[in-house]
Amino acid sequence: MPKRLFFLLHILVHVIPAFFIFLLYQAAINGKLGGEPVEAIIHFLGIGALRLLLLTLVISPLARLRGFGPLNRLRRPLGLWCFTWAALHFIAWLWLDLALDWALIGGELVKRTYIVVGFLCLIILFALALTSLPALMRRLGKKWKRLHAWIYPASLLACLHFWWSLKSGWIEPAIYLALFCFLLALRKKKLANALPW
Amino acid sequence: MKKIPDIKENDVTPEAVYKQRRQLLAGMGFGLAGASLPLSGHAGVFDGLFGKDETASTQAPRKPLEYKQDKSRHGLSLTPENKVLSHNNFYEFGTAKTDPQQNAQGLKLEPWTVEVGGEVNKPGTVDVSELLQSATLVERIYRMRCVEAWSMVIPWVGIELGAFLKQFEPTSKAKYVAFQTLYDPEQMPGQRSRFVGGGINYPYVEGLRIDEAMHPLSLLAVGLYGKTLAPQNGAPLRLVVPWKYGFKGIKSIVKISLVEKQPPATWNLLAPQEYGFYANVNPAVDHPRWSQASERIIDNSSVFEAKRKATLPFNGYADQVAELYSGMDLKKYY
Ligand code: HEM
Repeated sequence: MPKRLFFLLHILVHVIPAFFIFLLYQAAINGKLGGEPVEAIIHFLGIGALRLLLLTLVISPLARLRGFGPLNRLRRPLGLWCFTWAALHFIAWLWLDLALDWALIGGELVKRTYIVVGFLCLIILFALALTSLPALMRRLGKKWKRLHAWIYPASLLACLHFWWSLKSGWIEPAIYLALFCFLLALRKKKLANALPW
Repeated sequence: MKKIPDIKENDVTPEAVYKQRRQLLAGMGFGLAGASLPLSGHAGVFDGLFGKDETASTQAPRKPLEYKQDKSRHGLSLTPENKVLSHNNFYEFGTAKTDPQQNAQGLKLEPWTVEVGGEVNKPGTVDVSELLQSATLVERIYRMRCVEAWSMVIPWVGIELGAFLKQFEPTSKAKYVAFQTLYDPEQMPGQRSRFVGGGINYPYVEGLRIDEAMHPLSLLAVGLYGKTLAPQNGAPLRLVVPWKYGFKGIKSIVKISLVEKQPPATWNLLAPQEYGFYANVNPAVDHPRWSQASERIIDNSSVFEAKRKATLPFNGYADQVAELYSGMDLKKYY
């Protein structure tokens, strides 16, 4: 693939997620999300994290196309942005919704199934983000691959969390779930070998 | 009482520019999986991000009302009017909190009649515009506690539901009151599409026990902040039962029936293990997916100054309504 195109994509992978965070912040403080933007912020960050996860998983099938190998290098920044959005989503919940009431937060984190599922997903994303440092990557060697296969269960957990977070309806999470399943199906062979269990 | 800020006059991004920007961003791949299509449940967020502001000029006009003021504020500070107008659950117009304000402005409010029937001696239809003039309207400053664990304080204007119902002379068989929202898919996008409407079966219906309906706190609201209701708040006529979760407060009512058996209620039908028929505010009974012990207060502070407070039994109206439920197991009849 042309070097210039890759360069442009690499820049966009950083600029777009950062720009959307900025837009979200602007919209929230200027009252464009209504007078009471907490829910809109949480939802926007949650959906954004899910889409970034999807994009992260789209990369390697695309990179298999002839000449598109360099795309693989976008996986790391996309994965890190996914974690960043998910972490902000979590922080928005802690801070803007639960107002840092730690007793309440502790209770909710263990009592509510959809929160537990989201938390598990976030922990996985956190572990993957930490171990994406090149030095650690090298040190972990073979283990790194196995560890990073956890992105697949994480993506299913994210869909489940989305589904269970809804008060009614199921169409949208089902669409995401189908897309993730499609992306997982493309890696059937690899998955069979790499599954963590 | 704190000062209530005026609705901000925002610059409106011209529609064309706004649409172009949306297309551009969608083209850049961020609209992946169709979730930023106008149909999406998340359209509200995108509209907000891309500058579709609500200004006074795009809002349906609200008429000033004459009413008896509520002098007893009980030390409550009001939620600013712009927040009451822009943070609504009215799934007929979309599931995001800002959707109703964006999508409901065209709701045709005149003429609007409400049919009252069932177990009454004098069934009839009420023209809401006559109701606005003839009835003695009162202001009621009530706490409003949403089942989603946020709360507001709203100055409603309306008439006592009990006084309203008595005109129709309920019979001894009238044990419950059933309410129904307008069903008009042409006007209500959530009724046209399950995706927009959150998968709810419409029309929205709700119900009260007759003693609850006759309680002097139960209000048929026609206005808030001294003016007629905005469409997103349930214009022209809605129910307000301050000791119950907000979803009991059915909006844009077209039909009221007095009935002998407990009538169906929309959220209760959809998820009976999460939403009971009674839906009395109760900090001791959690929603399966979140705690009801406390609530986020929506007042005039900014989004970064979130505050919570302990939720009160019956939303602070226990001394007035608890006796309605004496002897009932409120964990069972939630
Ligand atoms: C401890 C971790 C997490 C917590 C506490 C959390 C909390 C929440 C909350 C409170 C909601 C909104 C529910 C409502 O509307 O009532 C939500 C929705 C959502 N979350 Fe999370 N979440 C967590 C992790 C994640 C992760 C890791 C992802 C994705 C990678 C994610 C994606 C989503 C999505 C897609 C939604 C639905 C948004 C919508 O309905 O528009 N969450 N989450």
